[in-house]
Amino acid sequence: MSNRPELLAPPEIFYDDSEARKYTSSSRIIDIQARLSERALELLALPVDGIPRLLLDIGCGSGLSGETLTENGHQWIGLDISQSMLDIALEREVEGDLLLGDMGQDASFEPLRPYGWDKGLALRPGIIDGAISISAVQWLCNADKSSHEPRLRLKAFFGSLYRCLARGARAVFQVYPENIAQRELILRSAMHAGFAGGVVMDYPHSTKSRKEYLVLTCGPPSISTAVPRGKGEDGESCSEDESSEENQMVTISDRNRPQKKQKISRKGKGRDWIFKKKEQLRRKGNTVPPDTRYTGRKRKARF
Amino acid sequence: MRLFTHNMLSSNIKGVANGFPLRIEVDQVVEKQVDFNPDFLKNMFPKLEWKALVDAARTMGYTELPEEADSSMLESEEFLRKLHHALLELHLEEGALVCPETGRKFPVNKGIPNMLLHEDEV
Repeated sequence: MSNRPELLAPPEIFYDDSEARKYTSSSRIIDIQARLSERALELLALPVDGIPRLLLDIGCGSGLSGETLTENGHQWIGLDISQSMLDIALEREVEGDLLLGDMGQDASFEPLRPYGWDKGLALRPGIIDGAISISAVQWLCNADKSSHEPRLRLKAFFGSLYRCLARGARAVFQVYPENIAQRELILRSAMHAGFAGGVVMDYPHSTKSRKEYLVLTCGPPSISTAVPRGKGEDGESCSEDESSEENQMVTISDRNRPQKKQKISRKGKGRDWIFKKKEQLRRKGNTVPPDTRYTGRKRKARF
Repeated sequence: MRLFTHNMLSSNIKGVANGFPLRIEVDQVVEKQVDFNPDFLKNMFPKLEWKALVDAARTMGYTELPEEADSSMLESEEFLRKLHHALLELHLEEGALVCPETGRKFPVNKGIPNMLLHEDEV
């Protein structure tokens, strides 16, 4: 991604009135957001019994993602830091309740914490049945003020979210991490907070339509917390077994993801390899030094 | 902001031990029609702080809710209608939420409570 809004300005400033209007009047963005949130809802894997759930939409913006939730009959509470985006949401008359807040602020979801959680009263379960967030969590990785420390903000975010979710509830975040380090940072913070889960990657073969979803489950790891598989291998890939292998390799990155295998062994590539390469270059018509007994031989130590 | 959101909000200022429930200061209340769904209400009922809801509804000018409630009352349609009205149809449009401990005001504008804290409050 060439121009990341995260690098331009903090969210409450970047999404000003004009940017918010632009964001919501573009039918392309609306379409993408709707598809992303539909997929997120699918990954949320709520029980299909027709009962409306209470969901949280973190970084709801102008309520594009919330609309999908409403269409599926759920009640939702949206949280966003940009007043302009929320104003647009009001104009669009979204069904959910909106809150102006900072998701990375220590205790940002503390307001939604089940009352009496840590006061020795009866343990009330968390109240929120699930949380989604579309293209928002990566904002936490930026330090926009001197008081911001991405690690602490992520910790605060996941920690307080964990407390307000019901046991076994899922949270699905669609994220655009800037690089591998960011993805690791986000994932690690989530694991530290107690979530189980991992990354689901849709369309891993395509740079453009590749989408990452963080699927987290509240509670200890179990069968129900297994990460669902990514989507769209068949469309882009050539053969089926290759795609399933790719899927295994790329889509699920666990906490202990094995280090990339070193292709080159420590011994070096050997004489045969050099002869092969030289032969190849000769066939291409390049000028290649002749094969002699010195080819591929190690230098003496005193050299 | 609807009352089911209010029922879950507590003050998030650092050091506040008992920030629930937030007191409501009403400037303007609006009512919006919402489809009646008994399943959602039954699902929500165990999660509600009943007393806080009754108090909040009274502040908003709706006094029909009974003082005490238990799950057996969920069978009656009349009770569910009242609960539905209080939870989902009453909107606090303009006003403020007040932290019961510190008195800090969280303004509510156009139905959106501003829960942003200053840097010295986190």
